[in-house]
Amino acid sequence: MNLRLRVWRQKNSTTKGSFATYQAEEVSPDMSFLEMLDVVNEGLMRLGEEPIAFDHDCREGICGMCGLVINGAPHGPLPATTTCQLHMRSFKDGDTITIEPWRAASFPVIKDLVVDRSAFDRIIQSGGYVSVSTGGAPDGNAIPIPKEDADNAFDAATCIGCGACVAACKNASAMLFVAAKVSHLSLLPQGKVEEDHRVLNMVGQMDEEGFGNCTNIGSCEAACPKGITLDHIARMNQLYLKALVKNKFQ
Amino acid sequence: MNIRLDSKIPSGPVAEKWTKYRQEMRLVNPANKRKFDIIVVGTGLAGASAAATLGELGYNVKAFCFQDSPRRAHSIAAQGGINAAKNYRNDGDSVYRLFYDTIKGGDFRAREANVHRLAEVSVNIIDQCVAQGVPFAREYGGLLDNRSFGGAQVSRTFYARGQTGQQLLLGAYQALCRQIHLGAVKMYPRTEMLDIVLIDGHAKGIIARDLVTGKIEAHSANAVVLATGGYANVFYLSTNAKGCNVTATHRAFKKGALFANPCYTQIHPTCIPQAGEHQSKLTLMSESLRNDGRVWVPKKAGDGRHPNQIPEDERDYYLERRYPSYGNLAPRDIASRAAKAVCDEGRGVGPGGRGVYLDFSGSINRLGKETIEERYGNLFEMYERITGENAYEQPMRIYPAPHYTMGGLWVDYELMSNIPGLFVIGEANFSDHGANRLGASALMQGLADGYFILPQTIGGYFATNRNGKYSTDHPEFKRAEDEARARTSALLSIRGRRTVTDFHRELGKVMWDDAGMARTEKSLKHALDRIPEIRQEFWENLNVTGSADELNVALEYAGRVADFLEFAQLLAFDALQREESCGGHFREEYQTEDGEALRNDDRFAYVAAWEFKGIDQFPELHREPLVYEEVRMTQRSYK
Repeated sequence: MNLRLRVWRQKNSTTKGSFATYQAEEVSPDMSFLEMLDVVNEGLMRLGEEPIAFDHDCREGICGMCGLVINGAPHGPLPATTTCQLHMRSFKDGDTITIEPWRAASFPVIKDLVVDRSAFDRIIQSGGYVSVSTGGAPDGNAIPIPKEDADNAFDAATCIGCGACVAACKNASAMLFVAAKVSHLSLLPQGKVEEDHRVLNMVGQMDEEGFGNCTNIGSCEAACPKGITLDHIARMNQLYLKALVKNKFQ
Repeated sequence: MNIRLDSKIPSGPVAEKWTKYRQEMRLVNPANKRKFDIIVVGTGLAGASAAATLGELGYNVKAFCFQDSPRRAHSIAAQGGINAAKNYRNDGDSVYRLFYDTIKGGDFRAREANVHRLAEVSVNIIDQCVAQGVPFAREYGGLLDNRSFGGAQVSRTFYARGQTGQQLLLGAYQALCRQIHLGAVKMYPRTEMLDIVLIDGHAKGIIARDLVTGKIEAHSANAVVLATGGYANVFYLSTNAKGCNVTATHRAFKKGALFANPCYTQIHPTCIPQAGEHQSKLTLMSESLRNDGRVWVPKKAGDGRHPNQIPEDERDYYLERRYPSYGNLAPRDIASRAAKAVCDEGRGVGPGGRGVYLDFSGSINRLGKETIEERYGNLFEMYERITGENAYEQPMRIYPAPHYTMGGLWVDYELMSNIPGLFVIGEANFSDHGANRLGASALMQGLADGYFILPQTIGGYFATNRNGKYSTDHPEFKRAEDEARARTSALLSIRGRRTVTDFHRELGKVMWDDAGMARTEKSLKHALDRIPEIRQEFWENLNVTGSADELNVALEYAGRVADFLEFAQLLAFDALQREESCGGHFREEYQTEDGEALRNDDRFAYVAAWEFKGIDQFPELHREPLVYEEVRMTQRSYK
């Protein structure tokens, strides 16, 4: 099939960007979306033009490095699918496809479709862990954990940190990302111990990074390639309130 | 260079070596640790766990990764699980049994002492990860669940659904984040190591390029740790992430570090076949599928009919035919080579004729679709997403693909290379898997090295080597920095006509055809003829657009492929000299009557450690004899 691509090109973080139009010809439906871009890039380089820069690595939907807004939808039209796992059979001959980077003030564009998501790392650094050093851990079976809790914690822990939730939100809120980590660790006895500090610190850092507030629309959940649900946000709000109150009266 | 390979294996019985080592090792006093700077390159399971643990101990750590965040390293993609000799199942497991299984699985080409230590610390890994909040699978009673995995008769594999690697990496990443927050680790994401710097023969720093600004900078330290993964992308198409590369270890090799057993590469039999020339990577499907699927191809070459229209008596269930006792569950290497053989006969299926059918119709009829869905639902879904085919209604197509590399930089018992102060951990070193790695052992080794072994052994180096840290103004830093800059400019100034991908694909095809699943003297010599030709054209006709002082994806890629083009030759040299078949290295000339690998312990029971002698020069071979004190080398048999 033949496609028309409108792609966001931006030289660097200080230059203004704009859309450029390219033709993608003889695209096979078996190609992944990123392979289609590879082919377009090969063509550009043969003409001596700079390839379209985009982030990617594992190309099997788990590393969280890739992420494009495709026709207005983060990661494109399929539910629970990362950009690298989207295949061209989801499009048809003659389509025009608009490709943009994540758009959020806290994710500045570095070049073309590549954005800086280091704000996510700083949020985890502010408290998204259990404070245990190597060595001295008790036996793995010392504390039984109800299967249901372990499964729920796992569901939250599957977050790949891609940032689609932020890109999908009209407020560019990072609540789903932060809540997934808060929820994962609070559901386990190992993480329970420092849950008050954790939630206060992580939410504090999230605000400092300039992410917007949550207004319960749920576009984050719809865009999440790993199916992380809104109830983690509810759990985080509850924990946050509890920690705030406890902190006040201590 | 006059190299003496000293593996520094402690004396005494194998089960007591690690205890003895720790009793006798030199320590660095807590107040002195902060005087030592350590560079860790790579933040996968090995690198992230090492950086975090070294930070906890009080060292100053600088950690580097080329991805935008340390959480993205390719360890994250490991599906299956992690082995540990916990014996929670009460099924007869023990440290000794895990040790023995790993030695045997490695086809008796690994170092006994290292493997025993790995089995010993395996139990600590699980405890550590649970304490970090890794959500392992659990039973209804709340205790940890286990499953069995290839090459073992016990259930010792801990797992977190099909995402064990992700959960373990996030555990290590979070531990690393904690140290970054505390100021013990400084993290450099989107930064790629281009070279290593030696001063007076010791590793004292690296040269790295900031991938966003393009700035090439020197970083100095008291010691350098490489945790930069494997080199399966030398085949172009592999299950590795696109960014995985050999640059760090190859650069160290060119600076004098010995590269051991590069020919030991693992091919995984159940991957989704290549769909066309555009294919950028291959996707692994869990091997468990072979429990309920039957492998076949048409009897007739070039049979273009839809699989469902090929009658039963015109199908060749070649694994069941050739290996009646094991059938579809024949070991990885045998299943892989058998698939290649039928495709070479022109009986392969799917695009390009490089694929075989894995048919579930019999199991669906026998057990019902629901049971199959319950067992493999997510895999069938993934398969459909990629191929557009419904495997409940027609057979899957599978083909083997490069997956893991057992070879790596040579290290001693302390995980230090022959260059003092240069440590190598995880997939990047050669030490624990011999000629073949068992399932669920890669995660175990990465975390063993990073959490429990390196943080202990590195202290010994600091305690006995007082030569400290140098300013980056030192002439050696300047020289290495200039060389790295010159190499970058050289890549940009060729201004030829072919793209990097073009060359990488060409190299990959040669390596896959001539040095892949099955190798012969003739094919390896052909590869050794072709690689320099491709490399020469690369340096004459490569086209890299853009400039050096910006984010330039083509330039990054060009540097990596330039190194693969040199390294590929080393792999072929090693495969050529090893005139035997063992584990992942299969020389067609050396096989038993039923097509099993035929080892030659009299001539090849050694580690082949190669010394760089110049591009296009034959590297010098140093042999470390494998002395087995505990285990007797036997013919590996899974019949």
